[in-house]
Amino acid sequence: MAQKKTYALPNIISPNTPVIFNADICDGCNTCVEVCQVDVYIPNPEKGKPPIILHPDECWYGGCCVNECPRPGAIRFNWPVQQRAYWKDKATGKVLRDSQV
Amino acid sequence: MTKWHDFLEKDGKAPVWPYPVNYDREQEIETDVLVIGGGIAGCWAAISAARKGVKVALVEKGDTIRSGAGGPGCDHWCNAPANPLSNVDPDEWAEHMTEGIYSNGIGTQIQCRENYDALLELEQMGGKIRDTDDEYEGAIGRDEKTKFMISPRYTRVHSYIPGLLKPKVLKSNPEQKLNNVVIRVWGTTFKPALKKECKRLGVNIYDRVMVTSLLTEGGVQGARVVGATGFNNRTGEFMVFRSKAAILATAGNYSLFLLNTELSGYNTFRSRNMTGDGVAMAWRAGAELTLMERSMILMLGTGYKHTWYGGAGDASYENVPLVDANGKLLPWPTQGWADAGAMRPTPEVMEKIRQGVQNGEYALPFYGDFPAMPDIERKATWKLMLGEESTTKIITGSYEKAGFNPDKHLLQNYNFIEGTSPSQWRTTGGGGPVIDWDLKSTLDGLYVAGEQTFSAGDHSYAAATGRYAGRKAADFSRQIGEGRISREQIALEKARVYAPVTRSDGIDWKELNAGIARTMQYFCSEFKTESLLNMGLDSLKDIEENHVPRLYALDPHKLMRSIEDLSLLTHGQIVLHASLARKASSEMLNFFRIDYPEVDPPEWRKYVTVKLENGRVKVGELPMKYWGDMKANYEAHNPDYEGVYKGK
Repeated sequence: MAQKKTYALPNIISPNTPVIFNADICDGCNTCVEVCQVDVYIPNPEKGKPPIILHPDECWYGGCCVNECPRPGAIRFNWPVQQRAYWKDKATGKVLRDSQV
Repeated sequence: MTKWHDFLEKDGKAPVWPYPVNYDREQEIETDVLVIGGGIAGCWAAISAARKGVKVALVEKGDTIRSGAGGPGCDHWCNAPANPLSNVDPDEWAEHMTEGIYSNGIGTQIQCRENYDALLELEQMGGKIRDTDDEYEGAIGRDEKTKFMISPRYTRVHSYIPGLLKPKVLKSNPEQKLNNVVIRVWGTTFKPALKKECKRLGVNIYDRVMVTSLLTEGGVQGARVVGATGFNNRTGEFMVFRSKAAILATAGNYSLFLLNTELSGYNTFRSRNMTGDGVAMAWRAGAELTLMERSMILMLGTGYKHTWYGGAGDASYENVPLVDANGKLLPWPTQGWADAGAMRPTPEVMEKIRQGVQNGEYALPFYGDFPAMPDIERKATWKLMLGEESTTKIITGSYEKAGFNPDKHLLQNYNFIEGTSPSQWRTTGGGGPVIDWDLKSTLDGLYVAGEQTFSAGDHSYAAATGRYAGRKAADFSRQIGEGRISREQIALEKARVYAPVTRSDGIDWKELNAGIARTMQYFCSEFKTESLLNMGLDSLKDIEENHVPRLYALDPHKLMRSIEDLSLLTHGQIVLHASLARKASSEMLNFFRIDYPEVDPPEWRKYVTVKLENGRVKVGELPMKYWGDMKANYEAHNPDYEGVYKGK
């Protein structure tokens, strides 16, 4: 296993990553930074890059960041594990769950 | 590279705060009308005041584009009896909606008379309110001529709480046709349209500014409100607003009983931004408040943020039949056409289901049977109702991406799956400043709109009352001279606000929030007594004296959260004072005193009020319908109003 520098970090807050950016699609326009009512994000210090998720614990899951994003696919929601939904196929009776990762 | 620790690992240091930090900078803004809160009520207040030609400043903690509870969307325009498809008279409907419950008669009358006018204006601004693309042809409630989509909500049953309103035949609807008072709307289009209209009308918008206090004439508690203070939650810059009239369009408080500030969006119906700042600042300024003792159970469960609809339901309702794990239909109303709008089972039916769960008659979990619905109704519920409601667009989107298909899948329902014991998690219950027929508080120069007017947080209510308060405040600002602000009051407030950034050690906002919440959970929960409530006040006093002076904030955002905690603390104190003042239990207020067990005795069917006078708590009361004859008073206060409904 490659040795990586280990920092002394406090515990990561939960949820850690309420959304996932696709850096190939995101052009760092920061629309999501502006439409978020609780300021989950701050702009990336490097222009053109996806914002930093600074306050993930405050996410209201309002969804405006994803819904307003001018570049579809640049952000997607990543619901915390305990919030994943359940449903059932009416024909087979099989119980299904959101397992998107 | 989107997580904070990514940067640490890449650069060996934390990213620098991206905005210039200027705690020492101060900006003074002069305006005729100051609107505090840029949600639905605030935007409408600003638009309506600006139309009167006065200078308007709108201050919002987030960004007006999508802020507030109704920022992401809205699926129903409720209580719109003036719409052309309605079968009831607006005045009679307003009267009906305020029968017997602690429901604001003034606000409801305004909503019923004017919210249809607001809806038509919204369409002019770019909001979508009709099925102009003919997507829902054949759906029940759709009118081909107007292309309005009437919702089944309130079609016959008018109450969220079964049994609270007795079924009755309205004089204006003797044949008992469907009431048709709720219109389905495409509310995700609303907020950007409102912000655009504010800008078009020259409203000065101050986004990312938290208002911290109201300024009173000469700094005297109880005197005319002449402005407010605030600070920018990105830059820390201090703001002083001088105004002739101010409108409080802030929201309720949804964090007061919440211990855990992580996963906060999942734990509360509203975002963390809604911390009762408006009530706290009105209290400190000396305004009389009412219904502050009311609280509500916050139901939590599993699955995507399914505090949709206050935790009472989830995606699987409004015409969606509920079935048990074996597909057996439950006697659970769907708030749909089949049961004419009923939302919850009656207590008797609820008990039957509970027993059925225990004796095996109904197997858990329950499911919403989308496939059983007619195609067009399923589409209307899934795509229009859930697709346009506040935060649910992202939820339906997530379901679909994960493979859920309403044509063939049953969606899990969360009722009963966590048991039925009362929860300690509560929310404060929509108390606020006492208001008159001008939506003016007991303080001159202070108007109130939306949820803050001791009412439910309803979108069209917020719109109609905001619009009304805006024109009243504008009229007042024209008649009155500039107020005298107190530099001493500003200096004291500045010291209060910036104290946490002078420290880098002690306790942070999360710990303080939890401390306040724990006090409320212990001493102001399901079982209330005089001694417990007093212990609560002592506990908050201890927090105020010993822990608030240790509060520290490392940046302007954490400073905002810290000052919000101080709002929570004040809010908790008000709730405890109001709870002590009501010496009776009340079903309607979800308020139970062990030492005064009689429920809603006639002599306590009244509004208890509390306010600060010279720093001391003063208790008062108002009769149940202190607003008098709703129709007559509305008309007397609005002789020149031109709306669709002309009155009878």
